[in-house]
Amino acid sequence: MPPRASRRRAEPEEENAGGRPFWSGTLTFGLVSVPVSLFPAARTVRTSLRMLGPDGQPLARKYYAEKTGKDLDADEVVRGYEVTKEKFVIVTDEELERLAPEKTRDIDLKQFVPAESIPPIYFERGYFLTPAAGSQKAYKLLAETMDKSGLAGIATFVMRGKEYLVAIFSDKGILRAETMRFADELRSPADIGLPKKKEAPKASVTKFEKLIANKSKKQFTPAKLADKQTDSLLKLVKKKQSKRENVVKVEEEMETDHKVVDLVKILKQSLGGKK
Amino acid sequence: MAARAIWKGEIKVGTTKVPVKLYSAVQDRTVRFHVLDDRAKKRVKQHMVNPDSGEEVPTEEIQKGYEIEPGRYVILTAEDLEKLQPPASRDIEIVEFVPQTKISEQWYDRPYYLGPDGDEKDYFALAEALKNKESEGIAHWVMRNKYYAGALRAVDDYLFLFTLRDANEVILADDLTKPSGAAPTQKELAMAKQLVEMLQGEFNPKEYKDEYRERVMEFIEKKAKGHAPRLKAVKAKRQTAALDNVLAKSIESLRKREKRAA
Repeated sequence: MPPRASRRRAEPEEENAGGRPFWSGTLTFGLVSVPVSLFPAARTVRTSLRMLGPDGQPLARKYYAEKTGKDLDADEVVRGYEVTKEKFVIVTDEELERLAPEKTRDIDLKQFVPAESIPPIYFERGYFLTPAAGSQKAYKLLAETMDKSGLAGIATFVMRGKEYLVAIFSDKGILRAETMRFADELRSPADIGLPKKKEAPKASVTKFEKLIANKSKKQFTPAKLADKQTDSLLKLVKKKQSKRENVVKVEEEMETDHKVVDLVKILKQSLGGKK
Repeated sequence: MAARAIWKGEIKVGTTKVPVKLYSAVQDRTVRFHVLDDRAKKRVKQHMVNPDSGEEVPTEEIQKGYEIEPGRYVILTAEDLEKLQPPASRDIEIVEFVPQTKISEQWYDRPYYLGPDGDEKDYFALAEALKNKESEGIAHWVMRNKYYAGALRAVDDYLFLFTLRDANEVILADDLTKPSGAAPTQKELAMAKQLVEMLQGEFNPKEYKDEYRERVMEFIEKKAKGHAPRLKAVKAKRQTAALDNVLAKSIESLRKREKRAA
């Protein structure tokens, strides 16, 4: 695990290069343990543009030492916490791993709550869980039980140098983990300085209730979230392509770290018990 | 101290406009590390290099390209990219409302508080109406040269705006197939149900603390003073017995715990 840049969280897709799971470990409820792998439940949409050189060759981002100007490889950099200005304490991967108490290395579902009772402000990122070879039965047992009861399991666990609060849902027989924010990571209205609630006039409330009723749909349509910016970008790309404007072709050998990962395919294989 | 607003806009429901200020609802507490040069123990810089020659490519020579097929790119010039920017607007347009339970957790991205900007009457009226109707609005807006899609919701008297993930981004369970292999027996299912019900409770977020964060910070402080404690190596995992046996044992141990507590 390379040290992460200071202002960035781990980007699942990036870490998922080559189709490896984001994390492998054990899910437990009671004394039942289910070895599982975690895969991101969202893909980074491929409209992120690539940085290219003057001849169109894809570029690579590199760390370098400011003083010498020399490029640094992954084994030449370390992770440091700034204790005072420009004074760092080095923390290694091994130390971060060892700092996690043993009980926090598993996802131990100590509590089950009504699945619809968790406010959306907590949800951060989703991962599908796939059973390890031989654990399909225990996996299905948990998924089916949660499905029937309408419950989600809650746990905290440490993964890749960070503690996560997660809710595990059964989604059509497939287990899905949603990482959640801790309560102290969310601000209160008082923290922000929002005014105290004022009683709204009945007539105003009724006016809005009517407006809501007029525009209400029974179902949520994800297509309403279509990204207009991506659409217009793709249109422009098509237009330029057909006019053969600004199209560059790079030799295959120049392809470097850039590999497109088909997450759905990997998930299907993993759920089907294939490696 | 009051937080600073990130942006100002107007919620548009039909022809009614409610002016609001937007604030981040999240306060990131992740322990932040810097990437350091191992030899000099100094912060590193980043640049773009040509992976073949290893030579640095200066910023002004970098082009942006969209990959149409492996190894083939359409270059988008600075002018192109500027044209792709949406027209500036202050509107948070509500396109429709849906019942509160209809949007799965998977879609929610970042939460923002909306606070009243001037008029408070309509602000609290809209929050109350959303609450009474158990609805949330699907919203479109443009902020800092970027289109956003999201959800408008009332949480405890206040309005929240969530950014929602893009339709192409989310992988749904419908796209996948359930795991294959042996199905659990009726007996196992009955025991699992009993076990889960014994562990059932209310979601109380304050019960959960990021204790690991505290341990990391404590360790850093000790190390800074020159006496880092020695940490034990991570042990390998144990195996499990037959499923119905383990379920029975789990139920029994929970019962014992309940008796002790009673």
